[in-house]
Amino acid sequence: MTTPLLKFQATKMLHTSGGTQLLDISFELDPGRLLTIYGASGAGKTTILRILAGLTDIDSGFIAVEGEVWVNTAAKVNWPARKRSVGLVFQDFALFPHLTVRENLEYAIPKGQDGKIVTELIEWMELTALRDKRPAALSGGQQQRVALARAIARKPRILLLDEPLSALDDEMRWKLQDYIIRAHRDYELTTILVSHHLPEIFRLSDEVICLDKGQIVRQGQPSDIFLEEKISSKFKVTGEIIEIVKSDIVFIVSVLCANTVVKVIATADEIAGLRMGQKVMVASKAFNPVILRIE
Amino acid sequence: MIDFQPLWLSLRLSLVTTGILLLIALPLAYWLTYSRYRIKIVVEAIVSLPMVLPPSVLGFYLLLAFSPSHALGKFLDQTLALRLVFTFPGLVIASLFYSLPFMVNPILSGFKSLPPALKEASHTLGKSSFTTLVKILLPNIRPSLLTGVVLSFAHTIGEFGVVLMIGGNIPGQTRVASLAIYDEMQSMNYPMANLYSLILLVLSFSILLSVYLINHHFNKANPLP
Repeated sequence: MTTPLLKFQATKMLHTSGGTQLLDISFELDPGRLLTIYGASGAGKTTILRILAGLTDIDSGFIAVEGEVWVNTAAKVNWPARKRSVGLVFQDFALFPHLTVRENLEYAIPKGQDGKIVTELIEWMELTALRDKRPAALSGGQQQRVALARAIARKPRILLLDEPLSALDDEMRWKLQDYIIRAHRDYELTTILVSHHLPEIFRLSDEVICLDKGQIVRQGQPSDIFLEEKISSKFKVTGEIIEIVKSDIVFIVSVLCANTVVKVIATADEIAGLRMGQKVMVASKAFNPVILRIE
Repeated sequence: MIDFQPLWLSLRLSLVTTGILLLIALPLAYWLTYSRYRIKIVVEAIVSLPMVLPPSVLGFYLLLAFSPSHALGKFLDQTLALRLVFTFPGLVIASLFYSLPFMVNPILSGFKSLPPALKEASHTLGKSSFTTLVKILLPNIRPSLLTGVVLSFAHTIGEFGVVLMIGGNIPGQTRVASLAIYDEMQSMNYPMANLYSLILLVLSFSILLSVYLINHHFNKANPLP
């Protein structure tokens, strides 16, 4: 059995525009997992990330990472943000405006740590051409890549992503999700993502926590949480409808799943309510998968 | 022939005052921005007091405080052998009080205009408050620092009431340019008063113009997120 990397238990009274509300959250996270926190705005999603990063204090609770106690209100333990090994990507990126892309990354390197990772990340995130530019000269997607690279540069134990893609259009989102998936995998990170974008959650998450008014109301795999009807299949992908064409008496719906277009035959009844650009799940019940080598 | 001593004295006073003020105002403005203590509102009001108080009021109280017949002045005089009334060090201390808001307030608004996420991002990257201040916050409020420095400098050059009360009008020691203008006026030596005034006018205008130009270019090159 895996030992959880993170044990989190916190209560805090939140003062929101809708009045006061108690945040009372408890969860554990295994190493290497990607957890998404989902919920309406004001549910306390960002607060959880801020509490973990040490930017917001809690009223009572306990946070331990790899057995190291970061917060224990009973014992008056509360590590400052700078002592906690987290990488946080802020919603608005919070890049340092006076530093170039390279300098933003270099700033994250702790004293005595090899700065080789900066060059590696710049190449890996395809930022080589932009490395001497300042944040103001970058597009939203480029800034997001720099923010992600900067958060990873100090090799944190936990990567925290606060709706990092919310300011971007769908196409850019898709591309940047690839970077997050690769960063999570290649740098063996344990990641917590705040998001309310369902395709993103399905694509990225191993598990989901659903928050409502400061409490966890559901927890599990994305499909368990968001699909009302359980399909007894073993194969499901999510994607976006890019084309619906009529072919004789049926319709052919093209769904873009990652980089592959899946064509699904549908009746007139089935396409009622479907539209271009809609996020859908393609599920196959009876199928017999085969594995082919591609390299 | 123009006597440059008052102008030189004014410059020296302004330079010394501005240098010391920068060292005082930086930690003070930082504390006023980020501290959660409620008392900071009172401190903020005290800092801004010299902006609305007649300089003669400030001068009067400082004169009383520095006078050897009162506790503080007596202590300074007898223990430290420091006489502040009618001396250059006395002028510097009075100017520090008088110009404090002109240094603190621009730096304060500079800090307040920075998105909180900049400081937080630096902390989550493992940096201390001091490193964050020096490497992230200060470089991003350079226009405010420059404004503070220049306003304090220009304000100190132009002060009159306080220096008259604390410094008297001793040539070579406390007779600064603004007092020299007043003296020349009193002696009906208008051409000389005009010359001093013109020099101060041109100096002040050039300083302000350069600050606005520099800040304009900086803000264009480094817009905040």
